[in-house]
Amino acid sequence: MTLELAKPRPIWQIMFSTHHTDVGLLYLITSLTFLFLGGSLALGIRAELFYPGSQIIADSMTFNRIFTVHGTTLIFLFIIPFASAVGNYYVPIMVRYKDMAYPKLNAIAFWMIPPAGVLIWLGFADFTWYATPPYSIISAPGPAADMWIFGLKILGISSVLGALNFVVTILKCKHPDMSIGQIPLMAWAFLSSSLIIIVAIPTFAAALLMLLTDRLGVSGFFNPAMGGDPIAYAHLFWFTFHPEVYVLVIPAIGMMYEIIPRFSRKPIYSYNSGVFAFVMLSIVGFSSWAHHMYATGMSFTEKTVFMVGTLAAVPASAMHVFNFVATMWNGRIRFATPMMWAVGGIALFFSAGAGGVVNSAMPLDFTTHDTYWVVGHFHLFVMGTIAFGSIGYLYYMFPYVTGRMYNETLGKIHFVMSFIGTVLVFFTQHILGLYGMPRRIYDYPPIPEWIAMNQIASVGAMIIGISMVIFLANMIHSSGKGKPADTDDPFGLGGKYYYPFEAKNPSH
Amino acid sequence: MSGHSNWPEWIYVGVVIALMVWVGAEAWETERLIEHVPEDAKTIIVTGQQWFWTFEHEDGTKEIGELHVEVGKAYKFEVISKDVNHSFNIHDYVVLMDAIPGRVNTVWFAPDKVGEHDIQCREYCGLIHYNMRGTLYVTEPLS
Repeated sequence: MTLELAKPRPIWQIMFSTHHTDVGLLYLITSLTFLFLGGSLALGIRAELFYPGSQIIADSMTFNRIFTVHGTTLIFLFIIPFASAVGNYYVPIMVRYKDMAYPKLNAIAFWMIPPAGVLIWLGFADFTWYATPPYSIISAPGPAADMWIFGLKILGISSVLGALNFVVTILKCKHPDMSIGQIPLMAWAFLSSSLIIIVAIPTFAAALLMLLTDRLGVSGFFNPAMGGDPIAYAHLFWFTFHPEVYVLVIPAIGMMYEIIPRFSRKPIYSYNSGVFAFVMLSIVGFSSWAHHMYATGMSFTEKTVFMVGTLAAVPASAMHVFNFVATMWNGRIRFATPMMWAVGGIALFFSAGAGGVVNSAMPLDFTTHDTYWVVGHFHLFVMGTIAFGSIGYLYYMFPYVTGRMYNETLGKIHFVMSFIGTVLVFFTQHILGLYGMPRRIYDYPPIPEWIAMNQIASVGAMIIGISMVIFLANMIHSSGKGKPADTDDPFGLGGKYYYPFEAKNPSH
Repeated sequence: MSGHSNWPEWIYVGVVIALMVWVGAEAWETERLIEHVPEDAKTIIVTGQQWFWTFEHEDGTKEIGELHVEVGKAYKFEVISKDVNHSFNIHDYVVLMDAIPGRVNTVWFAPDKVGEHDIQCREYCGLIHYNMRGTLYVTEPLS
């Protein structure tokens, strides 16, 4: 791997570079910046909900803006760019190519993200990350809403460009000696998620344009007052964003496929079943979008079809869990920081999936839909699975990127605190949902159970917040002053790691 | 398949599939039953608008923010909206149906105990969404 910080370079050399590790570094720093920005908004939300009444946020409009930008930021400006960062660093190495297939396109795809982030943050829209019409058309204040629409539009194009680049790099630029059945599972993860992006994103891109023209008053696609149908938007939105769930989770699973065999010092239990499960997920992921819409008045038949489509995705996800556990079975496991994050992530992935089965069962969904259950459920994926896998991988790639080791004790403290915090926040939110608390509310009546569980969740969130400060300090300090890492075997696992081809950065 | 047989995984996948079939079948059966509206259900038109609920009974009486029904009778709600999407929810009776402008969605329930229950909006609808609440009063039959 390229050592970014061991050999300092002027910042513009990295910024104007098209080399895959430089673009990867830009993606990495951008995504982590937005992780901290979006995370602090979450702390604001949890502080406000600590007790009924107004705590630290003055009015509901501000609160609505905060949770909208929180969700948008962490999905589109943290999770997706972080996956691109890892993909940029590793995919070319894994397929033994000198760079991404289209280096300039790669840099362009990255440089679309900062302006989009600026639009979203300066606008600070209030219509939730789902931007439901007719609210988003007739009620949401501009220019915030329009800035959000343009921001998302730019991010969508950036995702498609990045995805095209990954697909071409993996399929066309892989070393001729390698068959597709020999590329690491993480490369398969990027191939699957990139294909999903290419199929899924254009639908939402179209819906966004329609939303914009509806807001301008020149069309009425989703506006009932002009003969349109809000449900049409819901279908277009979820046709993109249910598969998008797999776009988010598959790279994180891929990262775990790198970490778990290595730290178990055993080959992966079954490469083929990993590939099969990725491919299955990326196909079946398209058959379940309307399970987000059971309560919109769908017919019994529609609901049944989408329930079956949803349940069909469960075996493939379960295969990944089996593969991880079977790989660790009888392994000589070394619980270094990356391994702890990966194993914690799998445990939470399993819990999130089990909760998802409950949502997908039609009658039960009417209890959980749009309550805090759902908030807890998808946060177990985005935080518990995806962020855990991603942070684990960040610790794992840290010595390769910086040439230095992070502080192992602080890394473990970070994991333990985050794990406890995640369980406190999101498991509690499941129960809070069963007690009926709706999501996206600024204030709530003083029902004793609601207060108690909100307080547990808020305390958990503060624990995560503190652990993230430790994380930030560890990353910043260790990247400059950490002890030099042995880049052949930074984790003392014995044997050389298997990258046969090292990235060669022309600027070094 | 790294050189070994993979039967434990196939057994495991089989178990997972069997579980999902069971969950799906149970859910299908239950949903089929609860979607069947009783013939004698009285209709109540529920209108959601920013940010309150209006209820119109069959005899034309209207209530705002409060709903009075009689214990032991079945009621069919016709849920509509005047502006943006809302979601009509009586959590204690698992009544949940989106109010979507331009559509009439139906959901029914039959309260079995006298008491008071919260009515709330469960779909984000803007500024006062958090306080778009009401109360359901289940009373003894008047006659």
